[in-house]
Amino acid sequence: MWRILKQIAGNGIRSEAPPENSDSLRVEGEHMQRELLAILGQALTIRQVDAGSCNGCELEINALNNPYYNIEGLGIKFVASPRHADMLLVTGPVSRNMELALRRTYDATPGPKLVVAVGDCGCNGGIFGESYASCGRVANVIPVDIAVPGCPPPPLEILRGILTAVRRCRVGPE
Amino acid sequence: MLISGFSLDCERLPAPLPIWRATVRAETWAVVARGVSAQAGRLVALWASDRTRGASGGFAVSAAYALREGLLWLDLPLAERAPTYPDLVPIFPGAGRMQRAAADLLGVRAEGFADRRPWLDHGTWPEQYLPLRRDGAEKAAAALREATDYAFVRVEGDGVHEIPVGPIHAGIIEPGHFRFSVVGEKVLRLEQRLGYKHKGIEQRFTELPPREAYRLAGRVSGDSTVAYAWAYCMALESVASCELGERAGLLRALLLERERVANHLGDLGALGNDAAFAFGLAQFSRLREDWLRLSKEAFGHRLMMDCIVPGGVAADIDSTSVDRLLRQCDAVEREVRALRQIYDEHSGLQDRFMTTGRVLPELAARLGLTGLAGRASGQAADLRCDLPWAPYDQLAVKIATQRTGDVAARVAVRFDEVFESLRLMRVILSRLGEDGGKSGGETRTELRLPAKTAFAAGWVEGWRGEVFVGLEWDGEQGANRIRRCHCHDPSWQNWPLLEHAVIGNIVPDFPLINKSFNLSYAGHDL
Repeated sequence: MWRILKQIAGNGIRSEAPPENSDSLRVEGEHMQRELLAILGQALTIRQVDAGSCNGCELEINALNNPYYNIEGLGIKFVASPRHADMLLVTGPVSRNMELALRRTYDATPGPKLVVAVGDCGCNGGIFGESYASCGRVANVIPVDIAVPGCPPPPLEILRGILTAVRRCRVGPE
Repeated sequence: MLISGFSLDCERLPAPLPIWRATVRAETWAVVARGVSAQAGRLVALWASDRTRGASGGFAVSAAYALREGLLWLDLPLAERAPTYPDLVPIFPGAGRMQRAAADLLGVRAEGFADRRPWLDHGTWPEQYLPLRRDGAEKAAAALREATDYAFVRVEGDGVHEIPVGPIHAGIIEPGHFRFSVVGEKVLRLEQRLGYKHKGIEQRFTELPPREAYRLAGRVSGDSTVAYAWAYCMALESVASCELGERAGLLRALLLERERVANHLGDLGALGNDAAFAFGLAQFSRLREDWLRLSKEAFGHRLMMDCIVPGGVAADIDSTSVDRLLRQCDAVEREVRALRQIYDEHSGLQDRFMTTGRVLPELAARLGLTGLAGRASGQAADLRCDLPWAPYDQLAVKIATQRTGDVAARVAVRFDEVFESLRLMRVILSRLGEDGGKSGGETRTELRLPAKTAFAAGWVEGWRGEVFVGLEWDGEQGANRIRRCHCHDPSWQNWPLLEHAVIGNIVPDFPLINKSFNLSYAGHDL
């Protein structure tokens, strides 16, 4: 126990410390949190769906949970069921074998719902394109609000995409 | 080559590792397999190809075996009318799913193999479509269909019920279906259904220019992007008879070891978290983030995608980067040693880790468990030690093994491998830093691809296990294209062992056991 406490105390709270040579992340993070709270009044719940990615995007989405990005501290939580979700975060070119599962997940998500496609493949099919086994971009299968390019996009870009979708939800006509 | 007394006529392929290729007849196919098995060789991969040219030629099935001397690539040409070949499952049980995949992609079948259920084909592709056949392109335009049901094996008995999980899982993970048959909390049987991520990578390879296709190889499984890019480039460089420069080799090994450490750090944190020790996740994910950020600064990409290119590496590093990378090795080593002590002394954590999800060495050997999980079950195989290619031949890599085969063993192997990789990186970095980093010469050479047909292979020990790429090059009549590129992930061998590891455990331990293997869905489904 002593070692655990020493390790925790020794490292301090990293999510408040700015990353190397830059203060921008912290400022942006705090800014996002204020916006999110103002728009949603509470928290944003996200269901992540891998519809056929190479798993690179998943690694970067997972990184949002690390102490630097501390996404839960911003009021954003990944949930296990689409029925609990405000937003779907979808990666990959949509493989034909995942098309049905993705449609069902979309249908199971209560409205009003947001969809953010993550990664070059989610935006335009990426290097895999469209084929007998790939439907290409996410928008070919379900409606998409925001697409975040990058291969894979770094965590901060994914976070920016999430916030942009939420903002659009506030101003956009239904 | 002599295999258990059987003499085989082989051609040595030009590659940094010893790789031979031989063409056999149907009678010899199983004889060689038995010989390989008798001398404790491993089945690395099994795949099929369409070798037709116009009206001539036919199909072929290929197998890659790992022997003490190197890799043996066996080719068996098949009769076009009835493309069947002898079943390898009685000798190498891991061949089953590979044979099913070959049937889905090319319509070639193993004779006498009882499991005729499709594996990658979920019924959503056009009817009777065989994507890797040369005449397949026209049929691709045909109507697509709805997914079909899959015949899972039913477990009957008093109180037995099923828990279906997936394809979409309750977390940020890849899709696949798990069917548990349980009594109370105890798992009687787990059956996997994979293939959800199949997106036609092998067909896509044949459409890309060979010098660009390394990017596709680097996206077979994102967590192993360096290993796949290296394996693909190794194969393409073999085709072009291109010798890799010394500095380029050192940089590639540096990238590969950084990928290994990045994944191990992530897994060690996630394994703590799956045993309700959130402290572990917070600490290790912080270290992983530091690691990825420096990768971005030194190599231009957090996951080091597209850093390995045909003929070398995309960019060299300067002496400032060398210093920073060295300092990070020291810092991470210090922290991971402290964290290992905390993990080892935490009784609650060890209680969850020990004896959970066991694969004993005897079962591991019989069913062909490989890579990191294999080393945790007494299967002492690591290409960096067994057949060290440059620059590993100068690094004397020390293998990490355990014999208990439980989650604790897979955690211990990861810790040991982190420390060994850090040691290797220090040696590599000190060489890269000599003379201010100017001594090593070129880091990229232009490839001259030959105007002939050629076979080549790439074989690299990635963080999960051995990654294999089998390449068929067509340079005749100005074609200059990839005829076939087969990528093989060690997850093929290890997924079936996960089904065994879970038996007798309780359902809530499944996420922990699954994470301790951390197998790739993308790399398996292609």
